[in-house]
Amino acid sequence: MNAKPKLLTVLDVVAAVMFVTAVSLVFFYAPLERVMGWVQKVFYFHVASAWVGMLAFAVAALFGILYLVKKDVKYDRIEFAAIEVGIVFALLTIVTGSIWARPIWNAWWTWDPRLTTATIMELVYFAYLMLRSGIEEPERRARFGAVYAIIGFLSVPLTFFSIRLFRTIHPVVIGSNDPGAEGAFDMTPRMLQTFMFSLLTFSVGFVTLLWHRVRLGALSDRVEELKLKLQS
Amino acid sequence: MEGPANTVNYFVAGYAVIFVVLAFYLGTLIVRWRNLKQDEAMLAELEKKEAQE
Repeated sequence: MNAKPKLLTVLDVVAAVMFVTAVSLVFFYAPLERVMGWVQKVFYFHVASAWVGMLAFAVAALFGILYLVKKDVKYDRIEFAAIEVGIVFALLTIVTGSIWARPIWNAWWTWDPRLTTATIMELVYFAYLMLRSGIEEPERRARFGAVYAIIGFLSVPLTFFSIRLFRTIHPVVIGSNDPGAEGAFDMTPRMLQTFMFSLLTFSVGFVTLLWHRVRLGALSDRVEELKLKLQS
Repeated sequence: MEGPANTVNYFVAGYAVIFVVLAFYLGTLIVRWRNLKQDEAMLAELEKKEAQE
């Protein structure tokens, strides 16, 4: 197994520094929202997590296509890694959303279209993990995984556009001035700066985690290879 | 005029969840890497022994 690339070490440091800075911005720089108070600050990492979750699933679908075209195992590794990281961030989105909802909507959970589609999306990708663990033959597992990652991606635009397609109480963050949007969401310049920096931080964090997870997948394949060699 | 609602507990809970989940995931990556490295070293050793026999 190759030694850790220098660029990955640099990325680790950059991601850690950016994360600490983003937390500081949320805690000390972003102003307190006039009605919701402190809990509104959950918004910065809640939306950033949602962004990374959806980005990860898009990356997985893209590498699923690449795997089916090129049949190269490295694309399968990236696809699997992206889905695992995406599941973590999608879970964070759902849990932090629920915590934010409790004082604002007076309920931990409601079967609102956005919450429902986000949960379906998360379950679709949990099922991907179960599918993979149920197939022993590596080539078949990779092929089925790729097809599933592509079809499962349909749940992502459905989740993203659910707040425009259906009547919902969930606010629209991106393009809230759109007349089709049910809930407006205006930000002060400081809020916007904190939000944009959080998005950037989580994006860098995603690339870092993805790279680590891909390396882990490569090591796992190498161990599997050694086991098979010894058995034969 | 009334101030903002007192929602600081939910704010703390939200960020606690974020930190714990991310730390847990990072931990699983580290543990899995360490275990696989040990397996790799052990299997490489076995392979070497088998080649000598």
